[in-house]
Amino acid sequence: MTSQFESSTLTLDALPQGSTAVVEGLEGASAIEQRLRDLGLVPGTVVRVLRRAPLGDPTEYELRGYRLCLRRSEAARVRVRNKADPA
Amino acid sequence: MSEAVLRLGLVGSPNSGKTTLFNALTGLRAKVGNYPGVTVERREGAATVAGRRVVVVDLPGAYSLTPMSQDEEVVAKLLAGELAGVPRPDAIVAVADACSLERSLLLVAQVLRLGLPCCLVLTMIDELGARRGKLDLPRLEAALGVPVIGVVGHRGVGLDALRALLGRPEDWSRPPILPPVASEERAAWADSVLAHVFHARPGRNRVTDAIDRVILHPIAGTLVFATVMVLFFQLIFAWAQPAMNLLDAGVAGAATALHAWLPAGIVLDFLVDGVLGGVGSVIVFLPQIVLLFTLIYLLDDLGYLARAAFVIDRLMGSIGLEGRSFVSLLSSYACAVPGIMATRTIPSPRDRLVTILVSPLMTCSARLPVYALLIGAFVPARRVLGPLGLQGLVLLGLYLLGGISALVVAAVLKKGLFPGPGLPFYMELPPYRVPTLRLLATQVWGSARAFLRRAGTIILGVSIVLWVLLHFPHVDAPAGTPPEQAARLALESSLAGRVGHAIEPAIAPLGFDWKIGVGLIASLAAREVIVSTLAQIYAASDEGTSLRAAIRADVDPATGRTVFTPATVASLLVFFVFALQCTSTLAVMRRETNSYRWPAFAFGYLLALAYGASYVTHQVVTALWT
Repeated sequence: MTSQFESSTLTLDALPQGSTAVVEGLEGASAIEQRLRDLGLVPGTVVRVLRRAPLGDPTEYELRGYRLCLRRSEAARVRVRNKADPA
Repeated sequence: MSEAVLRLGLVGSPNSGKTTLFNALTGLRAKVGNYPGVTVERREGAATVAGRRVVVVDLPGAYSLTPMSQDEEVVAKLLAGELAGVPRPDAIVAVADACSLERSLLLVAQVLRLGLPCCLVLTMIDELGARRGKLDLPRLEAALGVPVIGVVGHRGVGLDALRALLGRPEDWSRPPILPPVASEERAAWADSVLAHVFHARPGRNRVTDAIDRVILHPIAGTLVFATVMVLFFQLIFAWAQPAMNLLDAGVAGAATALHAWLPAGIVLDFLVDGVLGGVGSVIVFLPQIVLLFTLIYLLDDLGYLARAAFVIDRLMGSIGLEGRSFVSLLSSYACAVPGIMATRTIPSPRDRLVTILVSPLMTCSARLPVYALLIGAFVPARRVLGPLGLQGLVLLGLYLLGGISALVVAAVLKKGLFPGPGLPFYMELPPYRVPTLRLLATQVWGSARAFLRRAGTIILGVSIVLWVLLHFPHVDAPAGTPPEQAARLALESSLAGRVGHAIEPAIAPLGFDWKIGVGLIASLAAREVIVSTLAQIYAASDEGTSLRAAIRADVDPATGRTVFTPATVASLLVFFVFALQCTSTLAVMRRETNSYRWPAFAFGYLLALAYGASYVTHQVVTALWT
């Protein structure tokens, strides 16, 4: 399994449709990251990739009991690991 | 002295069911306005709960009290008591969707820290049950330390208990320990609370899942999107027409009645053309506004509008806007007035402003009579490409010129006027829900009333001023002059006629003479007015064939050349693509941006664009044609 080594650089935008991941953290402390945290993207939160828009962007995610759309530029700020991997 | 009225602030995220709850508590007595200095909608309503008069304040939807948008800034400041001129609420009613508590508790945690008496209302508990979720409300109450009530807002379930609770906030329990501040710790706190109170977490929303499989499917979803957008366009463009004709007929009927009642003369003219004409140009928008908003609110409440934005976001993102701008710009293709009002669904104030500023560039239906006159008179009805005629191609070109210019200007404004990172794009896709008729009616009526009160008064005022310009000073034609000639004489000697002459040097480089100048001034009221004004100037007996023949035949007495050369016609068409010749649009801009600066800016930049583009067009066509 190589995913354990890659997991440190895996970000939300890179996840394939249908996959599930756990948020590890967000880079930076700007207002954008603060907002993403307020939307529930904090370490430990489970995120599922529901689907991409017909034109490839944005993507619909499911987390904390609701559905959220993010563009790649914002999703790339969220570090995640695959759900099966240990913390 | 009587006890001061208790103010209750409803706080919750968008889609939390806050507005339904607000309507249920206050009935139809809501007062709608703006918060001082900003365009954020302010909604308050009086209610009597447990025998006590209270004011319920429906705060704008917010995901967090660390503000990102203008809406959220108002919420954060108001709750902190820092919003000048608006009192801090005495107690807070936090509103959260029972099915997405995992997310909502992050906001509730911030609200609990404010130190105001607080209670939590969980909406849509019926949906929680339908999704086999089980929540222990007494345990949640104990965990949070504040009263918790479950309701189904639109069915009135739980509202009696809520009213009884709202009447005595001084008795509400306060949390013994406040939730943590940092977002990671807040989330951990929310998770621990929920682990304690959920007997069963709500399952997936199967209905929403099933609908989304179609609505958001790459092919089916795109088709649905296209269908809905065509429907939008059709609605404003064509289906509003019968009602608009009916209103027009009503105004004409009133004019006939006035003619029967009053003697001919200046008073009658003023009442018929100035006042009644002004009233008519206000209410003629009502069918479009009511239809458009019925559809917008219906789709928004259903949950489709967010999906449509999801589908088209990438395209709008390429010019710096977002998916929600699309619906508004499309509506502006029929009429910028409802289009600008529709920008309220755009959360980012910058995106909203840019959308408002470019919406007059979308070719609205008021330009059609102008295009029809000029194209009909000067473009030969030749077939060029199979069934496509030259006239149709010119019309299509004008539509495209407007649409493409809007996109270019939007990209430029976004980069030039508002550089730097804006709001991050994030959008919730709420579960599909069927709105109640009552909610829909309240929303539509609110928009229609706002238009009538805020924009209507300005439109009426300006149309009266324009009437005065077109009628004073009044010169009586010698007896025996044919009525058409008399009308022309009166117009030429009026203030507007003089202004037309005065601006002739300025518009001559565009190929316009003083007569077109008067038409342009008159068309400030509404673009199509230039047609009836030209009919007056040319003393034409009708606005169709006779006017077309008259402008074709017009010859400048000084030079002996025709006035409407190909270059002048092209230049005038291009002028109408760009210029903001519409008082109603300016009035609605003034209302929606809450300032005179932005309508002035829009008018200025579009006039500059119109002048520049017309000048270039005139030069190019003159060079090509001779």
